[in-house]
Amino acid sequence: MQLDDLYRRVIMDHYKNPRNRGTLDQESVTINLNNPTCGDRISLQLQLEAGKVAKAKFTGEGCSISLSSASMMTEAVKGKPLDQALEMADRFSELMKGQPVEFDEYEDLEALSGVNKFPARIKCATLAWNALRKGIADGASN
Amino acid sequence: MNAAEIREQFPILSETINGHPLVYLDSAATSQKPRQVIDAVARYYEHDNANVHRGVHTLGSRATDAYEGARVKVARFLNAPSEQQIIFTRGTTTALNLVATGYARTVCGEGDEIVITPMEHHSNLIPWQQAAKATGATLKYMPLQPDGTIDLEDVRATVTSRTKVVAITYASNVLGVINPVQAIGEIAHEVGAVLVVDGAQSTPHMKIDVQALGCDFYAFSGHKMCGPTGIGVLYGKRELLEAMEPIEYGGEMIDFVDLHESTWKELPWKFEGGTPIIAGAVGLAAAIDFLEEIGLDAIDRHESQLVAYAYDRLSAMEGISIYGPREGRVGLVTFNLADVHPHDVATVLDTYGIAVRAGHHCCQPLMRWLEVSATARASFYLYNTESDVDALVDALRHTKEFFGHAAG
Repeated sequence: MQLDDLYRRVIMDHYKNPRNRGTLDQESVTINLNNPTCGDRISLQLQLEAGKVAKAKFTGEGCSISLSSASMMTEAVKGKPLDQALEMADRFSELMKGQPVEFDEYEDLEALSGVNKFPARIKCATLAWNALRKGIADGASN
Repeated sequence: MNAAEIREQFPILSETINGHPLVYLDSAATSQKPRQVIDAVARYYEHDNANVHRGVHTLGSRATDAYEGARVKVARFLNAPSEQQIIFTRGTTTALNLVATGYARTVCGEGDEIVITPMEHHSNLIPWQQAAKATGATLKYMPLQPDGTIDLEDVRATVTSRTKVVAITYASNVLGVINPVQAIGEIAHEVGAVLVVDGAQSTPHMKIDVQALGCDFYAFSGHKMCGPTGIGVLYGKRELLEAMEPIEYGGEMIDFVDLHESTWKELPWKFEGGTPIIAGAVGLAAAIDFLEEIGLDAIDRHESQLVAYAYDRLSAMEGISIYGPREGRVGLVTFNLADVHPHDVATVLDTYGIAVRAGHHCCQPLMRWLEVSATARASFYLYNTESDVDALVDALRHTKEFFGHAAG
């Protein structure tokens, strides 16, 4: 088990300089999710327009893995059609199971592949993606 | 006591974790188990296993003797007046829920008060929250001093003639602080309230005398004191337990059952519906024997020295915050490194074979009181040594370096 497998430079960069951190002014879907076992929490805001994720922003507290994953997720899905965003969420789940999936749309995500070797931390990485799925489902039902 | 010799009695402490010898610093979550406890449980299943209180056959008698013998042992261990006041439960959580549901909900009404502290573990907080909601009682919190200790003047100011229950942990699983429960009990009793003590973090580490403490209820878990998981104890004053109704109904706890009415067994069995945790009780009895052979006072001294050493070594590090007072604490230190989240700290330590807890420690209100979202915690027991502390400090230095570089 190597620390460098987990904490890659790309991850630390997203942790220290998170993309899309903040809140949306315009009408949007807001999802608050906790990871009750460790206290991490994310508040994700999505602006869904014409079948796309027009904008995505987040606030929250958590470890380097959960916050960098939120930063990457928002960056990855911005401007993407909803079905493609959900497909990326599925692919991210595969990545967490150790499957050799690729993210040509946003290669930074592949840096999180090492989380698979740290089972206790998988929930940290998937929190933001779970919020995305919930947000798209909530948006569709409105 | 000789910690090196004690270590040899714990098979798991020989494990290699991620290429390093295990340094187990998470005993406040659950302790490791000595060979003699593991063997006692195995021996029970290999030689004596049967259901209790009903078999005419020999094994039924052996199992009953083992189970009730464990109860007598626990009563003596706590200096309870009688083994009838010892109720076996699944753990501290179940024991506290039994008091909150079986006692508090029957004595509290609109306008009454239940008093607790912000340092309580969720298991000594949510049962009272729910009891207050169900009865219309008010849940009040006595304030904490800036170092996390309790000032008795604050207790006097919080407890009133409407207070029915004061519930407090003997030792905090985060701050480490040991609370003056005996003095708090005296204040509670002056107004006719009962004192409920959460003993989960105190019982493994110090000699407990429930009569000297003057508490009305005392709860603890076996698994934090070298016993198996799934066994705990509720001690209660006889008149209180006798007045309480059971909260679980079924086999084992009945006296006479008719189509529309039933009556209950006497104490303690009326609270033990269903087949009890027999092997757990056997394991707990073996754990008590183990701890008493070493001596609770010796364990207490060993941990006090070790935690003082850990507190001082950790305090000397730059960029570390330590929570709770230096003095008057049980064997744990809760801390945060600047700019490194505790989950990340715990993951890095794990790669060095060091097990610590990171998160909110089932104390979300206390985390808010501390103004942090999570913390890391190293907790010690009789098998830990100064070299475990040294390994922790070294690995924390590496953690800081690693994150310093990774961030740069």
